[in-house]
Amino acid sequence: MTAPAQMPPPPPAPGYASPIPVVRTHLGHALASEWTKIKSVRSTVWTLVLMFVVTVGIGLLFAVALASDDYVGWPLLAGGFFGVMLGQLCIMTLGVLVISSEYGTGMMRTTLTACPHRGRVLLAKTVVFFSLAFVMTLVATTLTSLIHSSLLGDQDIPHYAVQDPYMEGSIENGELVATAGHWMGATVGASLYVSLLGVLGLALGALLRHSAGAITTLIGLVLLPLIAAMFMVGDSMETAREKLIEYSLLNGLASLYRLPMEGDDTATGWPLLGMLAGITVAALIGAYARLTSTDA
Amino acid sequence: MIELSELTKRYGGKTAVEGLTFAVRPGVVTGFLGPNGAGKSTTMRMILGLDRPTSGDVRIDGKRYDQLPEPLTYIGALLEARSVHPGRTAYHHLLCLAQSNGVPERRIGEVLDLVGLSGVARKRPKGFSLGMGQRLGIASALLGDPRILMFDEPVNGLDPEGIHWIRNLMKQLASDGRTVFVSSHLMSEMALTADHLVVIGQGRLLADTSMARFIEENSRPYVQVRSSDPERLRVSLADAGLRPVPQPDGGFEVEGVPAARVGEIAAANGLVLHELSRRQASLEEAFMRLTHGSVEYQAREG
Repeated sequence: MTAPAQMPPPPPAPGYASPIPVVRTHLGHALASEWTKIKSVRSTVWTLVLMFVVTVGIGLLFAVALASDDYVGWPLLAGGFFGVMLGQLCIMTLGVLVISSEYGTGMMRTTLTACPHRGRVLLAKTVVFFSLAFVMTLVATTLTSLIHSSLLGDQDIPHYAVQDPYMEGSIENGELVATAGHWMGATVGASLYVSLLGVLGLALGALLRHSAGAITTLIGLVLLPLIAAMFMVGDSMETAREKLIEYSLLNGLASLYRLPMEGDDTATGWPLLGMLAGITVAALIGAYARLTSTDA
Repeated sequence: MIELSELTKRYGGKTAVEGLTFAVRPGVVTGFLGPNGAGKSTTMRMILGLDRPTSGDVRIDGKRYDQLPEPLTYIGALLEARSVHPGRTAYHHLLCLAQSNGVPERRIGEVLDLVGLSGVARKRPKGFSLGMGQRLGIASALLGDPRILMFDEPVNGLDPEGIHWIRNLMKQLASDGRTVFVSSHLMSEMALTADHLVVIGQGRLLADTSMARFIEENSRPYVQVRSSDPERLRVSLADAGLRPVPQPDGGFEVEGVPAARVGEIAAANGLVLHELSRRQASLEEAFMRLTHGSVEYQAREG
């Protein structure tokens, strides 16, 4: 009688086994990685510092100029608009560079080798950049609004200003005030607007994979409607001109500061912010499609 | 183990890689050889899921690259040129990679030490020499202590000491039981490091063989002989049953015979010899013969 046939030993696991514990990666890993990336490049830090200086600096200059002059008939926080208008250029550029610099340097291949889930990479970049841009802009715009409110709050209101429709809510007992709505628009609203523009830049960077091209496209999107409107003279084009200005992205930011350029004088800017969010989401979907369907 | 099956990549009408089928096995260094533009980098990018094959399939231990749950601990790759942001320090470059795969941070110090970059960990790669950039790329590849390593032209830009170091490193990694796949366009380099050889030309597989076999088949010894009377020498050698191959300088190459025998034949026929030497075809020549006709950018002679 023969012994039962022995089972052959299981084949040894092929190759090398590392002592490093194996971790199943998830979005958290990608977020940590992107956070390290964004803060470890000098240009990011300098771009944010520049945004801060420009936004608060120009805001302060405006407040000082307005305080030493007669009242010009603006809502209390409106002067912060001009600093943000320039400061947003920094965030737009940063948004583009977050992704286009990776294509320019070849880093993208390393990134996608470490994390082959391209949608996860795009999501992590978007979340990290948006959060950073939003927080930094929120601090800058809040500081600017506080400066305006403390320097301009006690100005005398001339009688003609009281009837202006866009001053609605700005005057209380003969004093210039800002309502909660005004504060929201000039801080959270403006910060959302600027950060969304930055994310739009990020999406354009992913679509075009070229820094200069994407930055130019984004600035063109923001400025072209206004420049085009400038040249639309004559009655026949008046409606087109007004609509172009009313729905321009910059009018959205101006309206958040209660300085609408065209259309309804009492516009709050939030509907235009919604429009920008829609455009940004559409661009992100396009960026996702390009990222997942083409070679890196 | 890396397995390619019928891997094909076309860019528009141009075919970069066509019907590649081979496997890269653990425990040995596999050399991936081909002239410039043969499709080596394209193939490596497809293995890493960076480029999508037009048709065919690549599997890494049976999985597609994007199905690997923790890619860096599975496969580490040194990609062509520098794939780093020049403004991010070596340490932070490795940190963001480690974080993306949950690799413990202590590995950063270990791999920097291993490649000899500890001293410049806090420096930005824009000031790095080609060799230092290459070492940083190798550090990234080793970060996850992966079981498969892929190096695209790793000796590019390294000094002789660096070349020596990387050769030993690759052998060491293979002897750990890892799969090591390394591309090069230099046969002489591969002869020193690779145990197995995959040769491609214009995107097609030309050879998939062990190094020993390749050497045996391609470096046959021959005898070089030259006389003042080439015609009589040719006839005498042919009469003795040999096959002299005429050379441009008037001499002959004769295979499969000791030099002494050629000398004896010449003496028996009263011929004056100007040269009689034993030669061996170099592997470089064998490689050139193999890939001739599939070299994409060929310099014209004359």
